Amino acid sequence: MGKPKFVYVTYIRTTPEKLWAALTDPRTIRKYWFGMTVECDWKPGSPWRLKFEDGRTADTGEILEADPPKRLVIGKWHNQFKPELNAAGMSRCTMEIEMVDYYPGFGRKAVKLMITHEAESEQGAPLIEAVSGGWPKVLSNLKSLLETGDVAFKG
Amino acid sequence: MIDTAKFKPKTIYVTYIAATPEKVWQALTDPAFTTHYFFGFAVDVEPKQGGRFRLFWPDGHVHVTGEVVDWSPPRRFSCSWLVEGMKDFGELPQCLVTYDIEPSGEAVKLTMTESHSWDVPRDILKGGESGWPKILSGLKSLLETGKPLALDTKEEPPPEFMAAVKKAIAEKPWLKG
Repeated sequence: MGKPKFVYVTYIRTTPEKLWAALTDPRTIRKYWFGMTVECDWKPGSPWRLKFEDGRTADTGEILEADPPKRLVIGKWHNQFKPELNAAGMSRCTMEIEMVDYYPGFGRKAVKLMITHEAESEQGAPLIEAVSGGWPKVLSNLKSLLETGDVAFKG
Repeated sequence: MIDTAKFKPKTIYVTYIAATPEKVWQALTDPAFTTHYFFGFAVDVEPKQGGRFRLFWPDGHVHVTGEVVDWSPPRRFSCSWLVEGMKDFGELPQCLVTYDIEPSGEAVKLTMTESHSWDVPRDILKGGESGWPKILSGLKSLLETGKPLALDTKEEPPPEFMAAVKKAIAEKPWLKG
């Protein structure tokens, strides 16, 4: 068995630049990530912190790669609020943005977003199970927000 | 009726949609919707357990045939699935495609589960893994915005997928104990 991982792909009617902005702007993140927000300057080597609305830290990590508007890698991703998920160790999340073929006649572009969230060790299964439930909600909301201006799932 | 107990889930895709369960049900079962997000296919389904299920190309020839295994509007739609419209694909064992629709907050959670009765090679599963996100992203956009996604869905399946299908058809591993 390899390291546990979760892969999710969604196609969004937007541009790579707008999607990158939505993935990195704290005010936008708060809208689709159930009030959570992020502290980060998005430079390789910088700390990354996901916070609850009340300011408590949910997860910590570090930016390993940032190549706007194409690729973002958050490493050393470590849950800080659930002991059993903290014990599952660190993980790495890769976000890849790609312009896809679309019908030019539509005048509307489409972008593929692929999220690969992989545990750093084989003990990471509980963590990957947890993120498998979370990412579809967060990314469904992100897609709705970019396409309609509102989220789908309010939690 | 197929023996669903023999089928194991292999690919699962979940999306949350700002719509009612009834609307999501309609989008899955009404050709006026499927032609806009499902690679242009028109669905034709007899609305009952044991009924006939088919997907048609825009030119009218059949792509997928199957049988309705579960017809429980607006919660669960499940059908067997045999790709007849591509050369030799009809020799592969049929798979099972199940849609579960659940209210979730103000949204609807749609879960697609593709199940197989044999030890399908990874490369064959890649077909569904690449297709379902396109199909279901398009369904979500259609219901939420009234417009389909402008994806160019005419692309061919990946070469490793075609090679794996060819190999499976030649070796027929599902016939071996």
